[in-house]
Amino acid sequence: MQKFANPTRFLKLSKVLVPWCAGLTAVLSVVGLVWGLAFAPPDYQQGETVRIMYVHVPSAWMGMFAYMFMAAASAVALIWKHPLADLAARAAAPIGAAFTLICLVSGSLWGKPMWGAWWVWDARLTSMLVLFFLYLGYMALANAFDDVTRGNRAAAILCLIGAVNVPIIKFSVDWWNTLHQPASVVKMGGPAIDPSILWPLLLMGVAFQLYFATVVLLRMESGIAAAKVRALGLLEAGG
Amino acid sequence: MSGVFLSVLTRELRLALRQGGDSLMVVAFFVVTVVLFPFGVGPEPAVLERISAGVLWVTALLASMLSLDRLFQQDYEDGSLDLLVRSSAPLSAVVIAKVAAHWLTSALPLIAAAPLLAVLLQMRGDGFAVLMAAMALGTPSLSLIGAVGAALVLGARRGGVLVSLLILPLSVPILIFGVSAVDAAVMGLSYAAQLKVLAAILLVTLALCPFATALALRQAVE
Repeated sequence: MQKFANPTRFLKLSKVLVPWCAGLTAVLSVVGLVWGLAFAPPDYQQGETVRIMYVHVPSAWMGMFAYMFMAAASAVALIWKHPLADLAARAAAPIGAAFTLICLVSGSLWGKPMWGAWWVWDARLTSMLVLFFLYLGYMALANAFDDVTRGNRAAAILCLIGAVNVPIIKFSVDWWNTLHQPASVVKMGGPAIDPSILWPLLLMGVAFQLYFATVVLLRMESGIAAAKVRALGLLEAGG
Repeated sequence: MSGVFLSVLTRELRLALRQGGDSLMVVAFFVVTVVLFPFGVGPEPAVLERISAGVLWVTALLASMLSLDRLFQQDYEDGSLDLLVRSSAPLSAVVIAKVAAHWLTSALPLIAAAPLLAVLLQMRGDGFAVLMAAMALGTPSLSLIGAVGAALVLGARRGGVLVSLLILPLSVPILIFGVSAVDAAVMGLSYAAQLKVLAAILLVTLALCPFATALALRQAVE
């Protein structure tokens, strides 16, 4: 990993990876969506509305994954002071926030026909909303300083503290008996979903993951470019 | 270590006492906001009784946030924070002393005022003692989490508004268990579990937050 901490090497690698990630994202999401929306069977209880799941569940996974990714990057940034780790954490924040928002909105659309309410104050919904606020706080703090490094370090510390919330979200449905259904894919003793529904769901999960990788790489590239522009501007102002 | 702790604590308390006013302002905010609720939701005793625990907790949370800028801002501006960070004393001990002083001067008056306001909100008798116990266990965690926020926004633009966005999401668990302890007591159920969770949160924040605050202070004065 240390080898790719160098921005030039990273850019070289990123240039190779981005087309592959983007291409696979496109292929997998088309296959996953068609499979999930047209061929997978409707649920015996929830009928056709269950298809919201193919967007809702992967975006929930990614909302949490992006935060874990940011926390890991922040830890690396604080311990080894890698500039690329800061860049990675910052690049992931708006994407993670968007996934979390998609999860909340699609869940709300799904909740209306199933539970009869757009929103209920259930443990998982609430902790997901808190995650969304954490993303907002992170982005606000990272951009609140005139000095970029100062913003990066403050945001990294905040990100690590906020990481406490992620396991709470994951286990909220097991710890509290609330309206939201308990974990059924990632659990002890294997998934509790029929393969005909599980496969398109996992496919969508991989597609979302690859989309995340693509956009993070692109945003990191543009972050490096922005840092170069800033450095040139400072040089010009100083000289 | 205990020498540093005591000297910072007495300095902070002395400053707070001589400046006066600050603690009173926090309590005044607490009282005024709570008194607004009967106007907002109507004066029916049944409604007020139902929401009393939640109202008291939420307003206490907001009130304790008012005084957070007092924690490090002044020291940051006049340079004494540089001296504290560069001194040989462990910075986490300094942080704990400052948080303790903050708790004594802003949260303790709130806890003292809470039963009086609980009377105004028609809370049933069984709730009072548990309310005070839950607040005594929960507010130190709020101060500890608040210290991290206050340290993170030093030197930021619009720091005061920002700090609420940063720490309110993290305070949600304290609010949930604080309110549910009081609700359980009022309904005659066991409230031991909620108080134990609050105590556990206090231990976790006591272990993590001074460390994180020290980290944030170090990078603020660099």
